[in-house]
Amino acid sequence: MPETKTFSSTNGAASAGNPVTFLEAIKQAMYEEMERDPAVVLLGEDVGVYGGAFKTSEGLLERFGWERVIDTPISESAIIGAACGMSYLGLRPIAEMQFIDFIACCFNQLTNFVAKGHYLWGAPAPMVVRGPSGGGVHGGPFHSANPEMYFVHTPGLKVVYPSTPYDAKGLLKSAIRDNNPVLFFEHKYLYRRIKEELPAGDYTVPLGKAIVRREGKHLTIVSYAAMMHTSLEAADALAKEGIAAEVIDLRTLQPLDEETILQSVRKTNKCLVVHEDTKTGGIAGEIAAILCEKAFGELDGPLVRVTALDTPVPYAPTLEEYFLPNAKKVFTAAKELARY
Amino acid sequence: MKPELTRQQYLDLYYFMRLNRAVEDTMVKLFRQNKIVGGLYSSLGQEAISVGTAYALEKKDWLAPMIRNIGALLVKGVPPRDIFTQHMAKYTSPTLGKDGTSHFGDLENLHIVSPISMLGDLIPVMTGVAMAGRYLGQKIVAMTWIGDGGSSTGVFHEGLNFAAVQKAPFVLILENNQWAYSTPVKRQVPIENLADRAKAYGVASYIVDGNDVVAVYQTAKEAVDRARAGEGPVLIEAKSMRMRGHAQHDPAEYVPKEMFEYWKQRDPIEQYERFLLGKKLLDAAGKKEMDNKIAALLEKDRDFAEASPMPPPELAEQGVYCTGDDCHKVAAKWARDTAEVTPPKSSVAAVWRVRGFGEGKGSGGKNAPIHFGDTAAASEELANHEAKLAPKIPAKTVANGGKSPAKSAAVHASNSGAKKSSKAVAGKARR
Repeated sequence: MPETKTFSSTNGAASAGNPVTFLEAIKQAMYEEMERDPAVVLLGEDVGVYGGAFKTSEGLLERFGWERVIDTPISESAIIGAACGMSYLGLRPIAEMQFIDFIACCFNQLTNFVAKGHYLWGAPAPMVVRGPSGGGVHGGPFHSANPEMYFVHTPGLKVVYPSTPYDAKGLLKSAIRDNNPVLFFEHKYLYRRIKEELPAGDYTVPLGKAIVRREGKHLTIVSYAAMMHTSLEAADALAKEGIAAEVIDLRTLQPLDEETILQSVRKTNKCLVVHEDTKTGGIAGEIAAILCEKAFGELDGPLVRVTALDTPVPYAPTLEEYFLPNAKKVFTAAKELARY
Repeated sequence: MKPELTRQQYLDLYYFMRLNRAVEDTMVKLFRQNKIVGGLYSSLGQEAISVGTAYALEKKDWLAPMIRNIGALLVKGVPPRDIFTQHMAKYTSPTLGKDGTSHFGDLENLHIVSPISMLGDLIPVMTGVAMAGRYLGQKIVAMTWIGDGGSSTGVFHEGLNFAAVQKAPFVLILENNQWAYSTPVKRQVPIENLADRAKAYGVASYIVDGNDVVAVYQTAKEAVDRARAGEGPVLIEAKSMRMRGHAQHDPAEYVPKEMFEYWKQRDPIEQYERFLLGKKLLDAAGKKEMDNKIAALLEKDRDFAEASPMPPPELAEQGVYCTGDDCHKVAAKWARDTAEVTPPKSSVAAVWRVRGFGEGKGSGGKNAPIHFGDTAAASEELANHEAKLAPKIPAKTVANGGKSPAKSAAVHASNSGAKKSSKAVAGKARR
């Protein structure tokens, strides 16, 4: 396993001691929420006895029992449907997709049933759908997807995609406590590569709020999830060239924190969006439109996108690395943009 | 054992079937006057199924109708005016005009889940309702309906199987009305009885004459009692006939005339009326009284619907998200002690344990059997031919180690190999 990177976003807040992985942060969030509220239950494939394919629910069955940690058949539509039905009786189910790619199997259940309930007949569905997403780990075309934009495009769903253990825990807690269906993407590349010390007590991170990870004045790099770290790495390299890049971590894609993006771009006048999702229809296009609508006069250069290619995620490491954005690609694009 | 009906129950079944038909007759008139905004779906000839099954439920139970289950909604307590306003897209309708037909629900009082047009979706949803009810100790039963057509969807099978494996207190009514839009049942499935499908899931099933309301009710009551007693889900196939087209626009010319003729002789309401008169449970005066009661109710509710306004246009952009407790307060209604589902009482011993699993401690990735992310970066691979030639064995075999001496030797060998290769990439592979 590659070296684990230690990350700090808590700025010296009281820490529980040892830094924990992203994966551990997810587990802590579920564990603590299940301790706090008996209405919280977990269901999914292999989440119980096995503790989840990535061990995110390890130990939860032993602690909370069969009624609250439910191993399901391989039936994604049944998982989502049942979670929604449970939420109608006031439970707060967490439905796990073993890999987020499989969410396509329950697309109808999510987009037509779950998402529309509140708008159409005033039925809140306080449920979370979470699962490992993203590439860079040679999982191949069916275990590497970033399908977030299908759901960002679906009114009624919230979409969260954190990049640090602190945020993962705090945002997952907020997602569980939210009265809406929240899709929670966990980038599997980060599961064991990022460690962070977490505060000792209960804390949450609000949904719908981006954060400035690094301040800069020459251009703004907007990103999220694993690409946020790539963007920070590129920003380090840019700094050596005298370019101060501001890096924004979106954290939540729906609702999108337009204000934080606009505020930064009004300062830097240039914007680069980095995402691991494919280019066409990615969030970069949406951000470009927002900037055109609301800050056109303040742009000193074109909006630039560094994204994955418009192809399925290929398997071979050479292909996948070509397919994905990386720090070098971000650095090159940012340098070009800074020249405007 | 077939439950015996009281006189009142016999008359209730009659009243709701009559009301069901009268509501739909009224809507056909409204449709012809162009007062119904969208489509109108008829349950003519199938009233005994909607009414007989829903009548077997208790007030606390949950149901999710399909498009032809207006009768079930009426039994559950929905006033006809809600049906009218829904179809007419009025602001006074349960969905404020945001959806039509039977697409509305009531989580608080009537315990109705709104259907959607994609068939079968309600089966896992109501399975979840049933599981949640059981978890909360409420002793409820959840019921939904599906047609012969909808029983071919994937989610029908996913849902029914999940309900079965969970032994959920769930009852599924499979209305075999012999037509999925224009496709006859024999072109949809190669089996005679759709109830046979239940056997494959280990689900108890019944077949009932869907035009005999008493038989439908008695069967449903038995099924509901079974489900409530914790014996698992039940499927009831009710055989009947769709006496109109798929919706008002469809003249159903594809249905052989003799078929309509045959089933017309078996109209569920006329049959039942003859039965009631013969048993002296109903007489001409009683019938007249009921006619008047229904007519008065429908006139009042129809007037209300017609006088209601359309929703204000700006409503279109409101209500996509729940804004919090001021919008909807979400609270589970516990009917058991929460201590039962809270540690330490909820905790179980990990008797299934394979070594290293289920310790309840963070593995920190050490025991994790997923090999993703442990492979070398491509640049590293290309640079290091030696590493590339080394045998690659996925790390997940590590967790299963120790099966046979030969295998375990191989595992040990691959272990040290994996360690070497991971050392080689340490500090790299960060994008």
